[in-house]
Amino acid sequence: MGKFNNKNKALFPILTIVLVVTFFLSLRFGAITISWAEIQSSIAKWISNNDLNLNERIFLQIRLPRAIAGVLVGASLAVGGVLMQALFRNPIVEPGLIGTSSGAAFGASLYFVLGSVIKFHAGEWTLPLAACIGGAVSTVCVFLLSKNRTTGKSSVVALLLTGLAINALFLSGVGFLSYLARDPQARSITFWNLGTLSGANWISISIIGVVTVVCLIISLRYAKQLNALMMGEDEAVLLGVNLKWLQIIVITLNVLLVAVSTAFMGVISFVGLVVPHLLRLMNGSDNRFLLIGSAIVGGILLSMADLVSRLLLAPAELPIGIVTSLVGVPVFITLLRKKQYYF
Amino acid sequence: MLKAENITVRIGNKVLLDNVDTQFQPGKLNLIIGPNGAGKSTLMKVLSRQMDDYEGVVTYQSVDSKAIPDKALARMRAVLSQNIDLAFPLKVWEVVMMGRYPHFSGAPRQLDEEACVAALKFFEVEDMAERNYLTLSGGERQRVHFARVLTQLWYPMPEQGRYLLLDEPLTFLDIHYQFQFMRKVIELLQQKDLVVVGVVHDLNLAARFGDVIHLIQDGRLVASGSKEEVLTEAHIEKAFRLKPIIYREKQGLRLFFE
Repeated sequence: MGKFNNKNKALFPILTIVLVVTFFLSLRFGAITISWAEIQSSIAKWISNNDLNLNERIFLQIRLPRAIAGVLVGASLAVGGVLMQALFRNPIVEPGLIGTSSGAAFGASLYFVLGSVIKFHAGEWTLPLAACIGGAVSTVCVFLLSKNRTTGKSSVVALLLTGLAINALFLSGVGFLSYLARDPQARSITFWNLGTLSGANWISISIIGVVTVVCLIISLRYAKQLNALMMGEDEAVLLGVNLKWLQIIVITLNVLLVAVSTAFMGVISFVGLVVPHLLRLMNGSDNRFLLIGSAIVGGILLSMADLVSRLLLAPAELPIGIVTSLVGVPVFITLLRKKQYYF
Repeated sequence: MLKAENITVRIGNKVLLDNVDTQFQPGKLNLIIGPNGAGKSTLMKVLSRQMDDYEGVVTYQSVDSKAIPDKALARMRAVLSQNIDLAFPLKVWEVVMMGRYPHFSGAPRQLDEEACVAALKFFEVEDMAERNYLTLSGGERQRVHFARVLTQLWYPMPEQGRYLLLDEPLTFLDIHYQFQFMRKVIELLQQKDLVVVGVVHDLNLAARFGDVIHLIQDGRLVASGSKEEVLTEAHIEKAFRLKPIIYREKQGLRLFFE
């Protein structure tokens, strides 16, 4: 049936092609440029278990996981952004602004400091688990504190101020823990505050990959309910939405998506803000479209940002959070000044 | 049939509804009238199950509304509320399609799209289908939402019945659209499984279009029945503290106030 299909059938194929191109660029360029021949030979040797030369090893152990991390982390942060914007009914909400990322960073750095003391371990999943707990605490704090006690709605001002306070609290906690930490990665405050994909390895990207794919699939089941929520909580309930359950699911998905990425890559802001905004400009606000589109465009954007962060000061690196902020802040200010969204 | 049996609502010491007992027949236009603060909106919320903290029972075709699952209720009961803002820009047809959300999972089926098209046509808003909802005027939005709630109840459900609750549906409409709207509702009532209950403020509109009028005052149902029975000088003067002059003419009942 043609009449009501949202136009732009070509959009997803085009975006996917852009994603693939960005991914391959991200494979080739960096501190060292790796040629197509080397990419092919290292994959061939990897499959046949032959000895690798230096560039091939760099490609397989550093470049390839990092390029995949760019796609996955971008996708998870952007999808987290769509979910939170739908839940708060507000386009300026972003995991970095409402405390999810900083809470996750705090949880993760707490693990780096106390990991040897506590008895509980879940193998490779302990770090993401610690980040999830931190992210959940901070997100729920902001969600509850920013709600107006009489109307039950979160105003933007309350949301931003609460987010600011919670962010400041958790990031100073991260700063404090960084001084105590022995782990060289956790000791770098810039790692947590500005993020970098340089820590990507096969273990971390498998964990991020599993979480991202599972959360995206689950969130698509709730896209319709999130659409109904655009009309307000009362109207959503009248359309059969179980509001409490929806809130719990959406916050949980967001925390998982954002905290797991943050645990391995640090706080990367503004991806969850910029990507849904770009997509709304392209093809409207239907959450089914936004969720899938954000996974792709988030991957594109973060891969590009990572490429820039690798190339700008090569062979040194810029933290990726600086690049995303340079893109994100103007978009954020534009959104704040826009009258369309009734703040 | 929709029934409210001995409904009492208390908030703290205040009694918002006091033992309201009435029923709403299908195929008739049921209108609730009453002064400000009488409890009309509270009654609508109890009927629609937006509020569940009450004494008494609301039944949809003899089934206690509290026993109906959320989704099943959303398939048979729609509420037109006032003044709905959208958090994000959506096209008009996307808003109207939300009415079908309780009916399909995944993507809309052909019959969902057909309901959408038909409801847009019925309320003469099909030209706006591709427009951004946020650019519409108050009256246009009201009509779009009416198309939406109608889409929700588009297909007959002879077993359970369909229930359309209208909470002050005329607020943003000019006189032309008020009349058009009421005529459309009456047209809908030819579908015999449809129960319509509406709150209106304009007593002349109630007199013109209502089949059964329910007068509420101070949380109590003062009168309920045909317009001749309910819209009397005594009832009106007591409820609204204004002395009416009522003309009974060929075209119907008319009220004037000094």
